[in-house]
Amino acid sequence: MSTAPLAYTTASSSGFAQSLSLYGKETKYEFFKLLRAKSFSLAVIGFPVMFYLIFGIANRHVSNGNVHIAKYMLGGYACFGLVGAALFGIGVGLAAERAAGWLELKRASPMPPMAYLFAKCITAVAFGIIIVSVLTILAVTMGGVTLSPDELVRMLGMTVAGAISFASMGLLLAQIVPANAASGIVNLIYLPMSFMSGLWVPIQFLPHWLQQIAPVLPTYHLAQLMLSIYGYQDHASLASHWMGLAGFTMLMLGLSWLVFNRSQQNA
Amino acid sequence: MPPTVIAQETGTAAVRTMAPVQQPIAILANVTKRYGATIALDGLSLALRPGEVVALLGPNGAGKSTAVRLLLGLIAPNTGTARVFGSDPRDPATRTRVGAMLQVARLPETLRVCEHIDLFRSYYPRPLPAEEIVRIAQLDGIYNRFFSQLSGGQKQRVLFGLALCGDPDLIVLDEPTVGMDIEARRGLWQQIRNLVERGKTVLLTTHYLEEADALAHRIVVINEGKVVSEGTPSEIKNSGAGRRISCFTRLTAEYLRTLPGVARVECDRETVVVTASEVESVVREMLLQDAALSNLEIASPALEDAFLALTSSR
Repeated sequence: MSTAPLAYTTASSSGFAQSLSLYGKETKYEFFKLLRAKSFSLAVIGFPVMFYLIFGIANRHVSNGNVHIAKYMLGGYACFGLVGAALFGIGVGLAAERAAGWLELKRASPMPPMAYLFAKCITAVAFGIIIVSVLTILAVTMGGVTLSPDELVRMLGMTVAGAISFASMGLLLAQIVPANAASGIVNLIYLPMSFMSGLWVPIQFLPHWLQQIAPVLPTYHLAQLMLSIYGYQDHASLASHWMGLAGFTMLMLGLSWLVFNRSQQNA
Repeated sequence: MPPTVIAQETGTAAVRTMAPVQQPIAILANVTKRYGATIALDGLSLALRPGEVVALLGPNGAGKSTAVRLLLGLIAPNTGTARVFGSDPRDPATRTRVGAMLQVARLPETLRVCEHIDLFRSYYPRPLPAEEIVRIAQLDGIYNRFFSQLSGGQKQRVLFGLALCGDPDLIVLDEPTVGMDIEARRGLWQQIRNLVERGKTVLLTTHYLEEADALAHRIVVINEGKVVSEGTPSEIKNSGAGRRISCFTRLTAEYLRTLPGVARVECDRETVVVTASEVESVVREMLLQDAALSNLEIASPALEDAFLALTSSR
């Protein structure tokens, strides 16, 4: 007992260094855990790349007005990829760790819960950047797409914003979806939502009624923000898309907080 | 509430040199925990003193895991209090002094054992050196393997290693030897004894009675959320019907039942089994009365019998 106060005085002076190391390791191992899990990394990186090779590269000479379709699709599949990384990495990953009892063991340890969420969020951002980088290389080398350095930087910035935004949805799904059904349920939400928001096929080629539904989908606002980097956005204002994405993020975080508090009360 | 049997210890682990009266480091005081309509714990009290190994024994659904989760601050009691090192177990500062081994179905499989240990060590202000963890939890040959490549017993050793990462003063082990073969189980028992020699306090739940008997200074038997009995392993055993005499004899069951202290007489073919509280006097009388008595054996009751008697009577 007598050693305890001593431990804390020495710990508080090096507390910041310890926190930094803790957050760093949590993030590093979260990233390697997912990168080495082939079922995750191959699917999450492979699907957008495969789709882009099939649909994007095929349209390298096609333009619709001043819209280069291969470049438009780069934006769409970039969004498709980064949303998938966030929903599968966090939604499915966290649900599985919760079901296996691993999360409970971590909660019994002094790990700060924020470190766990931070690591998951940064890992989603990292996978988003990997996916967008691979797609960009394919687009530039095989799709005849020209990107200015400024456009590339803004794309990567948008990837970070989008990954953080959809991380909030992953967090909510992880809490309400049973682990053994998680990847099925995530697919049921993710795939139709991507299609209806014009991430696979340019939205102006979709049936008119689908185009009218799109503004209620967060992926639509993300896609329009990404496309605005190339000047390909629709008529709605950029501010409205930012509002849509931010509102969606707030809604997801708020619901996650409610669900979490409710489960704490029942525990 | 606080048990009085701590001073009189039996068994191998009587290694303490501290003052005889010690404040408990962890207590559950009159806690009740409900899940919907089911009552998991019903006014349960438990106190752990420094340096002791306490085994929480009980049938499935008795409330062992609930008690463990309360002490680890994973859940809060409906009534009553849980205190660890004098504060709330949910306090992060308290958690740095507690190590836990829970029933985890699966750790992330694409991380190596050394990476899991490295990560858990980073959670604590003064972690145990990695070499120490490897030595105590016997992770030598598997330190660089992926978790997915380990056998059931090896996985349990990794979980045990994770519980040691913070060099905790209190270690809580929930069914620690599940999935281990007998050799690995005895290895882990030895490691738990080594921890106690370093002054650690251990709370363990188990459904292996042999494990509680081999390790614990004190056994707390719980059933339906209440403490049914507590004491040293020998006290728990003797709280049952007494010791058993078995022999070949021509004495009749009717006669044997009249001897003082005899609780029960059973006949199994030619073997007669007498359960009695004062076996010595009973045996002396039986030998006097039957010079041809043979195949005499006297056995202490197994912990299992006492346990079954304690938990089934309720």
